[in-house]
Amino acid sequence: MTDISQAFVTALHLLVAFDANLVEIVGLSLRVSLSAVALAVLVGLPLGAWLALFKFPGRDAIIVFLNALMGLPPVVVGLVVYLMLSRSGPLGVLGLLFTPTAMIVAQAILVTPIVAALTRQVVADLWVEYSEQMRSMGASPLGAIPALLYDARFTLVTAVLAGFGRASAEVGAVMIVGGNIDHVTRMMTTAIALEVSKGDLALALGLGIVLITLSLIINAATHTVKVRAEAVWT
Amino acid sequence: MNRDIAMSAPSATAATTPATAPSILPLRVENVSFDAGGKRLINDMSFTLEAGPRTVILGPNGAGKSLTLRLCHGLLTPSAGRVMWQGAGKQDPMRRQAMVFQRPVLLRRTVAQNIDYALKLHGVPRAARGPIIEDVLSRTGLAQFAKSPARHLSGGEQQKLSLARAWATKPQVLFLDEPTASLDPAATHAVENIIDTMHTEGTRIIMTTHDLGQARRHADEVLFINKGRLMEKTPIEDFFNAPETGEAAAFLKGELRW
Repeated sequence: MTDISQAFVTALHLLVAFDANLVEIVGLSLRVSLSAVALAVLVGLPLGAWLALFKFPGRDAIIVFLNALMGLPPVVVGLVVYLMLSRSGPLGVLGLLFTPTAMIVAQAILVTPIVAALTRQVVADLWVEYSEQMRSMGASPLGAIPALLYDARFTLVTAVLAGFGRASAEVGAVMIVGGNIDHVTRMMTTAIALEVSKGDLALALGLGIVLITLSLIINAATHTVKVRAEAVWT
Repeated sequence: MNRDIAMSAPSATAATTPATAPSILPLRVENVSFDAGGKRLINDMSFTLEAGPRTVILGPNGAGKSLTLRLCHGLLTPSAGRVMWQGAGKQDPMRRQAMVFQRPVLLRRTVAQNIDYALKLHGVPRAARGPIIEDVLSRTGLAQFAKSPARHLSGGEQQKLSLARAWATKPQVLFLDEPTASLDPAATHAVENIIDTMHTEGTRIIMTTHDLGQARRHADEVLFINKGRLMEKTPIEDFFNAPETGEAAAFLKGELRW
């Protein structure tokens, strides 16, 4: 109990004091997770839309695979990326291991299946409504993709938020490929894991509270914008 | 696509006059059948639609009216037989047609953007789209809604927007699938007026309806369909005064079972 109350005091203290270390860690966390989500959106939105609109042999297998990948264990992804980027690995020459870039890559791999799978569902539903009208106006399914993604924009926000949630919360992948190096690759989640193993539960929980608060703020802001916009456009 | 660019005159008055490209008509439907779910829904249908008259497709529920429209428009592919646009030559006939559905399908954008998107698909350059949009919106009485979200319009206004969107692309042939089925009398009247104007300006109208009064007022010939078969193709007056088939007579008396 003392740990918990102590944690709130610590969290408050960290926030009020605007602790330089904390700012650095939060900044890196946001940079890595937001970059990973941006990459995942670039790949996941078109991939999901493509799977929604085109039928081809093996499509169902890809969809099942994609859905399964949503539950991909972060440590496994971390391990695979580690093996690819390690000195003896195929991409070792890039020298990316234990850098923020490696963490972005690992998180993008984790988030892309979520964005793609949710996008597929959203676009497939919208295509049911739009397909005849679009084809009547002369749009091919491929040509309709940008319009469908645009018109599904408010629903897709949820997919992107789900992806961001996954990225900002995971610790396994960034721990392995980033190494939790102080001032270089230390993020919120890896810092929490470290403080727990050091026994400073109050600091760990304090960091946790900061992480949850950040996540709440981002989700609340997005939700408000989404609900207001949806009320107008749908 | 380049043809459209060449045709789209910048002046607002020319914006909605039908294309001067050679007509894709006549439409020849030859022994067309359509199967779905193991059932034959359209059975060996043949007819020719020439340029000019307004055609209304009549028949009881489930007769195959909407399927016939979709087969003609190219949204469905016949299981057997052929749909030919005999005047099309090297043109893509689909680009000279438009369709208005019973329930308007509007994009989640503004009224003007809905029309803009259709024009973009037709290859009209950005600079030429503004005057066309303005023109069709004012002609359909929607000018004040240009910047409103399309899906906030009333049912009648949404259907007017569907028509405006179709009109903007200068179709030679316009298919309408029960365009007024869910509208009140005032909105129905407004929609009928727009259809009449498009007809006067040279667009070939092909429409399904359940409203016999509408058929009488706004059509020149009838295709009567029953159980997936074409029973009659006759001038409108003949159909109402002296139907050729027993099924048509029963349909007009409201006695046709389906």
